[in-house]
Amino acid sequence: MNRFEGKSLSWELKDGVIELALHREPCNEIGSLTLEELERFVAALERMADGAHALILHSKMKAGFSAGADLRELYHRAQAMERSAAAAGVRDYLERIHRVMNSIDASPLTTIAAVHGVTFGGGFELALVCDLIIADKMARFCFPELRLGLIPGFGGIPRLKRDLGNAVVRDLLLTGRSLNATKAQAVGLVSQVVAEDQALRVARSTAGQLGKFDRRTSVAAKQFIKPIPYEDLRREIDLFCELFLQPAVEEGLRRFVESTDAQPYLP
Amino acid sequence: MTASEQTLDQILTLAATHFKVPRERLAPDDDFFKTLGIDSLQALDLLTKLENHFKVELPDYELQGVSDFRTLADRIQSRL
Repeated sequence: MNRFEGKSLSWELKDGVIELALHREPCNEIGSLTLEELERFVAALERMADGAHALILHSKMKAGFSAGADLRELYHRAQAMERSAAAAGVRDYLERIHRVMNSIDASPLTTIAAVHGVTFGGGFELALVCDLIIADKMARFCFPELRLGLIPGFGGIPRLKRDLGNAVVRDLLLTGRSLNATKAQAVGLVSQVVAEDQALRVARSTAGQLGKFDRRTSVAAKQFIKPIPYEDLRREIDLFCELFLQPAVEEGLRRFVESTDAQPYLP
Repeated sequence: MTASEQTLDQILTLAATHFKVPRERLAPDDDFFKTLGIDSLQALDLLTKLENHFKVELPDYELQGVSDFRTLADRIQSRL
């Protein structure tokens, strides 16, 4: 399927470039619906790959690329189940989202995340599977999970560790602070910082350039330089599931869901 | 005008422009969440605008509990 219009995302293959647009209100929170549509996408991606050289991920939502996992859904589902069933459900969800992330990470296409605004948690992790991140100067990156008593669960830390120095990873993970696009470029996370609302345009221009190269060479170069940290990713799932059973998590999620604080996103 | 006052003035002007409110409606001791009618995500937008303008880095946790322009200006001034 070269074209799809879903409730949380859409994609289209055109002139060798696949564009995957996220468009779930309010800021592309990744819950069960988005996961199902992402699974449809990666199944279609395998079929589309022969006719494409690049994939661009972007958001149509004004607030940003993605605010990450749908914490409200996670909390309400967990509340409706026994603890053991909730833990099993979380593990199943993580296994599925990791398969999606790994598929995009390992795709033979050159992949670009065109991001703006909030790029937090699972949204940040989705951007991290891409080969290049092109950021609007209003983009912000953050792993706020520790304030919930958790670690990032969609593969963020192993992938960040793959791409950046360990000190930067510790700073982001342990303080939960957000970085702006300029800082993210300075530490090597972002390849290009562009003016407001220009990330998608520049990503398209970059994708056009990528189309000039021999595909087999591009695929070989990507495989050579971008190993997928499968072992650490597996350990991340185990650690997340272990932490998820701690009482602090339920309390952290409840605080977030019930918060009337004007600053719930500020760690 | 002192350096701190200049910083505060620039913050008020930037906030007014970004959120499209008349500059004269904003006062240094206003609660910017209320005066600008913004939520936490929009507050992050403001933070990014200010970081880009002043070329500073301001960790979000330094803004915990900060809701008026004057204190915000103090936090930024301490990084200049």
